[in-house]
Amino acid sequence: MFTRRTLLAAASATALMLSASLASAQDKIYIPLISKGFQHQFWQAVKAGADKAAAEFGVEVTFEGPDTEAQVDKQMDMLSAALAKKPAALGFAALDSQAATPLLRQAQEAGIPVIAFDSGVDSDIPATTVTTNNLAAAAMAADKMAELIGGAGKVALVVHDQTSRTGIDRRDGFVNRVAEAYPDIEIVDIQYGGGDQLMSTEITKAMLTAHPDMKGIFGANEGSALGVINAVRETNTQGLIVIGYDSGAAQKAAIKEGLMAGAITQSPVGMGYETVKAAIAATKGETLPKTIDSGFAWYDASNMDAPEIAAVLYD
Amino acid sequence: MTTLPAATPARKPASGAQQKLLAFASLIALLVFFSVASPNFLQTSNILAILQATSVNGVLAIAATLVIITGGIDLSVGTLMTFCAVMAGVILTNAGMPLPLGIVGAIAVGAICGTISGTLVAKMKIPPFIATLGMMLILKGLSLVISGTKPIYFNDTPGFSQISTGSLIGRIIPSVPVPNGVLILFVLALVIGYVLNRTVLGRYCFALGSNEEAVRLSGVNTDAWKIAIYALAGSICGIAGLIIASRLNSAQPALGLGYELDAIAAVVIGGTSLAGGRGSILGTMIGALIMAVLLNGLRVMSVAQEWQTVVTGGIIIAAVYADMLRRRRAAS
Repeated sequence: MFTRRTLLAAASATALMLSASLASAQDKIYIPLISKGFQHQFWQAVKAGADKAAAEFGVEVTFEGPDTEAQVDKQMDMLSAALAKKPAALGFAALDSQAATPLLRQAQEAGIPVIAFDSGVDSDIPATTVTTNNLAAAAMAADKMAELIGGAGKVALVVHDQTSRTGIDRRDGFVNRVAEAYPDIEIVDIQYGGGDQLMSTEITKAMLTAHPDMKGIFGANEGSALGVINAVRETNTQGLIVIGYDSGAAQKAAIKEGLMAGAITQSPVGMGYETVKAAIAATKGETLPKTIDSGFAWYDASNMDAPEIAAVLYD
Repeated sequence: MTTLPAATPARKPASGAQQKLLAFASLIALLVFFSVASPNFLQTSNILAILQATSVNGVLAIAATLVIITGGIDLSVGTLMTFCAVMAGVILTNAGMPLPLGIVGAIAVGAICGTISGTLVAKMKIPPFIATLGMMLILKGLSLVISGTKPIYFNDTPGFSQISTGSLIGRIIPSVPVPNGVLILFVLALVIGYVLNRTVLGRYCFALGSNEEAVRLSGVNTDAWKIAIYALAGSICGIAGLIIASRLNSAQPALGLGYELDAIAAVVIGGTSLAGGRGSILGTMIGALIMAVLLNGLRVMSVAQEWQTVVTGGIIIAAVYADMLRRRRAAS
């Protein structure tokens, strides 16, 4: 009986110690960020940006997210606990906008400003949305593609899906830019591989078989881009310009090896930083623009070790 | 432990109650600890949030308790919940049928799937771990196939969200708007507690877990009773499916994997033996509440997420070890 109590006390004491440093900072402005994930490198980079802003502006920030992007209910529990702490403002990346609406309304009624980040929340509750301008980022990929293939020839896209906001925006951003600026570039195929590396590999191989004179392929997210690289490697294709999206160790290695010309990186660090910054502004009653671009950049072998680029890349 | 020798004979019949008391004391200790540690912990809205966070895991844990008492294990509770939620979506949103049909349909689907698991275990003699692991994957896949990998929303069935988020109690006592999902959990716990302790089904549940061979040799159709218990557990997963779908106002087809482990953890913290033959719904309820209180408390205290997981794991091991120690002492 005593053993159990002792063990429980020991565990509780551990918890107390862990939070002791935070408890002392309780009077600071407190801003919880509830994210879509926690353990992926992308989210850890968002967290790093949020922590950076917290240190810079002297506010307290916590960062939580469910283990997988399917656990919508766990995200709701995290949101409830965050609201119980009566935060000054709240950063939120919704897994499912609709499911979150009742709790966000609760936040609104309590006068807690909500800053949406990563993907938007389909309602007028968030004060602003901090997100990557995927349309502009993919247009930049198109510009780079045109530059590298000499402004003419056949290109194709391997996209992760045709239903998600990021999939649609990255596809349209690329396609629209080509249509308006590069009349000699022909987009011969757009295929969707679910962001799955293996599926994207098979898709790319089929594309290369159908169009042996293909000049370049754009992979619209990490999994798609790695699939394209895989196919290039397996078929030993020479001279194809591959442009990727996001970072990750494998993509960075492919760029160093010369298999990939370069890629667009979002700035998850910038996203975390801008979310906290916007949240602080919202607590002061400042008006915020409808969306805040968290930034993106082109990187290739020439600049990936430069400090300002290396800072937004992650493994 | 200094107990008078005279008290020893009385301990054996009291051991079940003692265990529950112990788990209950741990729960109270946690509540007191978090209330002292954070001023924001003990407020009505947060307590309601904890109860709501318990509702789904609690219902799944009740289902898991039944199967675990028979000496089996059910790894499919989480994905079966999702499958039932998706089927409710198919009935209500895709087919546009009335709400009661969706509710009955989801529970019936759960019972059917439970019957299949039970048949695999009882008739085909597939070990429960393997049979329900297979079912877990089959149901996860089918949920994705049937829903087309997209959430099914219940916007056309306005009453649906009331199943979990509405509050019958709140209508009577406006100051305590306990969500219906929580009410369902507690009513279900009472009903299944009664079934376990006062009915033939409950008695066979314990008997199967203690000594299945002896029960069979005394002329009982053990296979049929086992299938019935898995079917009951399945229908309870159907109820969990309704609660979670109602709370999210959508059937999320990709959700559910990993929820079986939370449910089993709650069962084990509550003192139910994984070896079978021993356990209680009250213990499971306390186990589920301990997990929800712990997680919420750590969050309200702003403990970093990585450490929340570490502490939860530690508590599970500590709870079970303390239970084993107590049992060993009681035996000697």
